[in-house]
Amino acid sequence: MKQQFDNIVLEAKRRQQEFNDTKLPKIHIGMATCGIAAGAIETKKTFEEELLNRGISALIHPVGCIGHCYAEPVVIIDHPDSGFPPIFYHEVNAGKAKMLTNMFLVEGDPRLEHILGATVANEMIPSIMEFPRFNLEKRIVMEKCGLINPEDIYEYIAYGGYSSLINTLQRDPKSIIKEVTESRLRGRGGAGFSTGKKWEMASISTANEKIVICNADEGDPGAYMDRTILESNPHQVLEGIMICAHAVGANQAIIYVRSEYPLAVKIIKNAIKQAQDIGILGTIFNLKITLFQGSGAFVCGEETALIKSIEGFRGMPNFRPPYPVQHGLKGMPTVINNVKTFASIPVIIEKGSSWYRETGTENSSGTAIFSVVGKVTHPGLVEIPMGTSLKTIISDICGNVPNKKKFKAVQIGGPSGGCLPEEFLSTPVDFDSLTHAGAMMGSGGMVVMDEDTCMVDVSRYFLDFTQKESCGKCTFCRIGTYHLLNILTRITKGEGREGDIELLERLSEDIKKGSLCGLGKTAPNPVLTTLKYFREEYEAHIKEKKCIGKQCRKLTAYYIDLEKCARGCDACVSSCPTEAIFTTSTRKKGIDQKLCVKCGECMVACPPQYNAVKKVSPVELAPIIERPIMI
Amino acid sequence: MLWERDLTQEDLNKVEQKLLSEIENNIKEYEKSRGNLIPILQMIQEKLKYLPKDSIEMVAKYLEINTCEVYGVATFYNQFRFNPPGNHPIKVCLGTACHVKGADIILENFERKLEILEGETTPDREFSIDRVACVGCCALAPVTMIGDTVQSHMAPSKVEGLILRFKIEKEMQEREKAKNETAI
Ligand SMILES: Cc1cc2nc3c(=O)[nH]c(=O)nc-3n(C[C@H](O)[C@H](O)[C@H](O)COP(=O)(O)O)c2cc1C
Ligand code: FES
Repeated sequence: MKQQFDNIVLEAKRRQQEFNDTKLPKIHIGMATCGIAAGAIETKKTFEEELLNRGISALIHPVGCIGHCYAEPVVIIDHPDSGFPPIFYHEVNAGKAKMLTNMFLVEGDPRLEHILGATVANEMIPSIMEFPRFNLEKRIVMEKCGLINPEDIYEYIAYGGYSSLINTLQRDPKSIIKEVTESRLRGRGGAGFSTGKKWEMASISTANEKIVICNADEGDPGAYMDRTILESNPHQVLEGIMICAHAVGANQAIIYVRSEYPLAVKIIKNAIKQAQDIGILGTIFNLKITLFQGSGAFVCGEETALIKSIEGFRGMPNFRPPYPVQHGLKGMPTVINNVKTFASIPVIIEKGSSWYRETGTENSSGTAIFSVVGKVTHPGLVEIPMGTSLKTIISDICGNVPNKKKFKAVQIGGPSGGCLPEEFLSTPVDFDSLTHAGAMMGSGGMVVMDEDTCMVDVSRYFLDFTQKESCGKCTFCRIGTYHLLNILTRITKGEGREGDIELLERLSEDIKKGSLCGLGKTAPNPVLTTLKYFREEYEAHIKEKKCIGKQCRKLTAYYIDLEKCARGCDACVSSCPTEAIFTTSTRKKGIDQKLCVKCGECMVACPPQYNAVKKVSPVELAPIIERPIMI
Repeated sequence: MLWERDLTQEDLNKVEQKLLSEIENNIKEYEKSRGNLIPILQMIQEKLKYLPKDSIEMVAKYLEINTCEVYGVATFYNQFRFNPPGNHPIKVCLGTACHVKGADIILENFERKLEILEGETTPDREFSIDRVACVGCCALAPVTMIGDTVQSHMAPSKVEGLILRFKIEKEMQEREKAKNETAI
């Protein structure tokens, strides 16, 4: 076995050497879902065409996502002959691709005004490592994401991949579990249960069939790191699964992926096939790995519901205990772990548990991966050591709230998490501190909100989500969330009543206590945290019919300030989707409040030197301007 | 695309009938076990883009379970739909990141312009509107998917243009076709 693997490694190294040795320019293009959404396919095509047209050769190397979603499509050009180090370009659309082929590849001018930086330290151009977005991060799980071609197993192996598996196979399973336990790795699926302990429980079972399931359901609407890892480095996850299977003695593994992630599905299928083709799956380690596509139900991320869904039933959770490790799929002991948990395993085995423990805090070791989105300048995936403060993530790494707006809150943990205000920005992110503050690590979604966000609307949004996703098995969750949602909707429409806040609080507590699974138990969190930290917004909605964030459409109005509006200017008229803007008798513009849908497009369209469109809440603050009667 | 562009309702039914009989054969490749229920439904939906009544009955018969049981499972999951989508299925992302950037107004705008509600298809089967929870491009929010292409940084004022583009494209194709026909 060792011999066979050594041969594979030799082959991988040979291929890598060959790739590195060529003098040809290399163009690395980020081709994960987010890159493709931003136009990476078009970019790649343009490069190919331009190279062909100009008769120059270069290697185009598709890679995964490095997590800098704000900069997509990301391209790194390595052009050794030019004398420049590899250069990182951002937002390379087709036009830029054409320009770069011409200017850099042909004429040797890297067009410094378009670069983000060099990827290695050098004397000519600043290196990207000098930016906080790069140097404050610590990549353990995502180290190879964006470096290697996810569809080529040899690239992963050339970077040391699968050596942990070989190492594991030569060791006693017990020592592997001990290593994982000592690393203090906690499950990254949300609850933070000790992975070592979970494996231990599965390993002591004497059942002759055991199953490993990788939970890649990722239902949180606003988190996508599991998808990115699967799309950028699927083999690291596969390796983690195989190590787990060896440690607990399982002979079957299932990867449960959302069917909404077609690219991830394709890449994993390909990865499994490659591992089989070169003998890693099969001769070196025998494990049956299958893929199951989830069908879009948030609750199926919950482990017992996930099992139900694989068995072909409605995904409704069961009471635990018995836990899946005792009585799981078809009654067999089943280890369920998250994608990030599995992806951490090869690194832990390779570098050892004490090395892993050096990163992070006492009770939460290692790194955390967040998808930071919403109102930040540089949204994307961020991998930081546990214990880093929220402030570092939001202001230093992600470049704070754009457009000179004020930060209002950050929502962490998706529908089960909570909203934290500015005072909590010094909170370190780890499992316990976040739970203590009322939020949750959850799936790792982090949505930043600025002063233009209405907190009541945010909690209504999450309740709308959980209410739709509630499976309906237990009463508290099914009916409780329905009423929570009703009350919140009423408040955002300006129909809030005295006593609503207290009712929300009571109902929330009851749902937390009475629900069967994690979905219901955590569903009121967004309501409770916003009530705790932003109570004045609820009160303003109910008492003054005023939305502080000016978001609730029933409580806000747009109008055009006639003093500022420029006579004869038509900029806003065509921007209005409902033709609500009319010309007044003084050839200025007015908004027909009956037709206005409050989309805010006119505000964007109005030239900044006039800045005539105003938004107010409550509605009464808007002056009434009548449409002139046409004769 | 599954459908040829300008099929009439009856043609569509013929295409469906043909696909249904293909599906009847495909199902037999699956082992008769309850665990295959969801994969079979997914296979049908991939072929037909939705689950017609006949197909549900077919599955129930094959797996020897009640039709209502199949419906129970199929309606539980958001992925499955029971009416055919349009030629250009529009999926408006209403995930958290898109929501805080005003996705609901974009959804409303599509609904208004196409005169259908979310979950519905236009009578000519050209467009359908659905809401989805996060397509995983939150950094480009607000996002709408039309067919397989992701429209990033959407704005309410872009809606009309997008729809118009597809309509113009279709008209051009029709004109082209008419021209070709007269040429012959
Ligand atoms: C409503 C709900 C949704 C969940 N969604 C996910 C999910 O999308 N991905 C995930 O890995 N775990 C999810 N979990 C947590 C799983 O139940 C389970 O704890 C986890 O997969 C265990 O893996 P870990 O030990 O690696 O964290 C969810 C739990 C609940 C209650
Ligand atoms: S929330 Fe819309 S893409 Fe994630």
